[in-house]
Amino acid sequence: MAAAADTLGRQETAAPFAIELKGISKAFGPVQANKDINIAVPKGTIHGIIGENGAGKSTLMSILYGFYKADSGQIFISGNLTPIPDSQSAIRAGIGMVFQHFKLVQNFTVLENIVLGAEDGALLNTSLGKARRVLKELAQEYGLDVDPDTLVEDLSVGHQQRVEILKALYRQADILILDEPTGVLTPDEADHLFRILKGLKDQGKTVILITHKLREIMEATDNVSVMRRGTMVATVKTAETSPEQLAELMVGRKVLLEVEKTPAVPGKVVLSVENLHVRDEHGVERLKGISLEIRAGEILGIAGVAGNGQSDLLAALGGMTNASGKITLNGVDLPLSGAGSDGQSRREAGIAHVPEDRHHHGLILDFTAWENVAFGYHNDPKYQKSALFMDNDALRADTEKKMTAYDVRPPIPTLEAKNFSGGNQQKIVVAREVEQNPDLLLIGQPTRGVDIGAIEFIHKQIVALRDAGKAILLVSVELDEIMSLSDRIAVMFDGQIMGMRDPETTDERELGMLMAGMNGKNTGEAA
Amino acid sequence: MDYATLLQVLDTTIRLATPLLLACLAGLYSERAGIFDIGLEGKMLAAAMSAGAVAALTGSAWAGLLAGIGASLLFAALHGIAAITFRGNQLISGVALNFLASGLTVLIAQALFRQGGRTPPLSGNARFNPVTLPGAEALREVPLIGPLYYEVISGHSVLVYMAFLIVPLTWWVLFRTRFGLRLRAVGENPAAVDTAGVSVVGLRFAAVAITGVLCGVAGAYMATALQAGFGREMTAGRGYIALAALIFAKWRPVAAMWACLLFGFFQALALRPDVVQAVVQVRVPVPVLDALPYILTVLVLAGFVGKAIPPRAGGQPYVKER
Repeated sequence: MAAAADTLGRQETAAPFAIELKGISKAFGPVQANKDINIAVPKGTIHGIIGENGAGKSTLMSILYGFYKADSGQIFISGNLTPIPDSQSAIRAGIGMVFQHFKLVQNFTVLENIVLGAEDGALLNTSLGKARRVLKELAQEYGLDVDPDTLVEDLSVGHQQRVEILKALYRQADILILDEPTGVLTPDEADHLFRILKGLKDQGKTVILITHKLREIMEATDNVSVMRRGTMVATVKTAETSPEQLAELMVGRKVLLEVEKTPAVPGKVVLSVENLHVRDEHGVERLKGISLEIRAGEILGIAGVAGNGQSDLLAALGGMTNASGKITLNGVDLPLSGAGSDGQSRREAGIAHVPEDRHHHGLILDFTAWENVAFGYHNDPKYQKSALFMDNDALRADTEKKMTAYDVRPPIPTLEAKNFSGGNQQKIVVAREVEQNPDLLLIGQPTRGVDIGAIEFIHKQIVALRDAGKAILLVSVELDEIMSLSDRIAVMFDGQIMGMRDPETTDERELGMLMAGMNGKNTGEAA
Repeated sequence: MDYATLLQVLDTTIRLATPLLLACLAGLYSERAGIFDIGLEGKMLAAAMSAGAVAALTGSAWAGLLAGIGASLLFAALHGIAAITFRGNQLISGVALNFLASGLTVLIAQALFRQGGRTPPLSGNARFNPVTLPGAEALREVPLIGPLYYEVISGHSVLVYMAFLIVPLTWWVLFRTRFGLRLRAVGENPAAVDTAGVSVVGLRFAAVAITGVLCGVAGAYMATALQAGFGREMTAGRGYIALAALIFAKWRPVAAMWACLLFGFFQALALRPDVVQAVVQVRVPVPVLDALPYILTVLVLAGFVGKAIPPRAGGQPYVKER
């Protein structure tokens, strides 16, 4: 793409690009994941690649890292045509990849993880000694401090990510690809990561940042390429674009990034939680005395880094795990263990639950859409034909109605759940739960792996349910989502609520501090 | 029990622990690489028959050993193809191979020798005979240590010494070499190995091949050293006992040796009901003694040994993520 060179303000005669892809295409069966992709990344820049889920970003990067072979097209590294048939070739070509899900051996030390696959000989002693030296140098050069002898499983997620970056640098990568690197990080850790990336750039490394978060693109990149449905729709300078323009390029139409909602009108208390404790199967205390209230007509958002007890809170309230303490719904005590504490009873009591992990708890992927819509409500009298049989025709008709109302594509109830895209799967789950008209909706990570268009729709449904006078407990690791949807925000850290904040008067910085376990007292503010 | 009797029991312990140890180390390589192998039993059985047959035909124990290793490798290759190449269920593949070995060994032995599924009795160079270690005779009269060295340590076949030398060797390979690092990694998180540019399939096949070789030695030892020829089902569940020992040892080589010695000790006791009676002052029925190693196996497998964390990717075929 000659135009790319121009828009990026580079001359064809200047130093060659770090990476240049020409006409890359890749199909998986009938699905064209990448169509004639052209992209040129200048050396020493941070280049963002943004697109919705399924736009083909990950496929493109997997081709670059030798995981898949492109059906056609060429890869140039520093101006030289470089075929990349496998990961080994990618590593040799100076490409390092930091995957969204880290590829680390949990019970190996940092050092062992770093030398794995890049050993200097058949014996480990020399390799480990050299790695220890190099690691010290890298730590000084880029501010990437990690204790080489710690087991990876004892490291925080942010530090594990550093190990992944160090792995790439140890292999002398000049081009570093990061796939959705901030999904698991606190805002502070994310800021630290971006500082590291800027440092790498200053040392002449090229960084490719794949993300669906517009804010990160605007904050960290020099140039940005936008992908939509397998094609590269634009490459622009970050300084010359705006989040609105990028969102429009991603989706192909204008999108509302801000959720439109009126101030909440809270009514009576719907859910009251007092001193809730949960222990996991290893006896570790995951919830350490949670107390909160949610009123009719308000959305309580729970912010926090994944794994700080939010999932356990949802599981306890949704009847997926035993707990101790006290919860009341509309003034009635609900059992927390034993009879009547299961998900079925909770639904009968008026608590609907959109679980965080739709593939494991929200849907059975091999079942059809209408069967999935029955789950949890299969005893509902309206779905019964007789004492023995369910009224499947009614269910199918009901499902089709819901699918149409929620714009699930395609609206075919007999299609298996696995055949829908992430966004459409989530709409099926949301439709099932919201349309039961619950008093309380528990909703976890409502837009994880969901494209922007569907995000907009799901957010609207949540606000509409609130405006209908229902109580909503929203758990999300996306701080933007919490900030824009919630009427009140509770921040969780290590199984406790660190503080309640008003989204109008707080900011990401303050929430980030609470998410990292520092409460207001440490910073001199009132808690 | 006097000292001499104790030494006799310990001597038997070592002889009986040897096939367990070889099979246990075999399983260790495979499982550390993430391939569960319930087919240790079948591989030992196939190796025992092949070793017994070839030793009988050629008169050479070494030729028998090679044949045993070859047969076991063939079974290991089948397991590898099923479990690694075709990503099949590793337990089912292992069980199937055990059945195959159980029937096929008797069939072939019967077809070759027409002795009711046994191979002919071996003698002379067709067996691995005891080796007297240097100085054993000279030290024999030294109190305590002398008889221990002469009775227990010395006087085993070369395969026994080989088995016990493989223990430190395995430790060294696993924890001090590049191959060991990669082998352990592929059993914990094959994706980490794959993205590091190392072949998951290659590593796993290498591990399965080592398992084949060690099971081959174990089987050959059964037929050409411990006993003089192959007999129907002669491994008698040793493959499963070795697996229990492996779990007992939490997949660590030195601990595996102690676990196998313990199981071997129980097997040795079963051969000496008189000694047991003398020690516990109660006549323990022989079938109960015979059952002891198996009872211990069940207890170990039922989790009475505390938490044993198997390699995390164990039993799962590796599929590249999209």
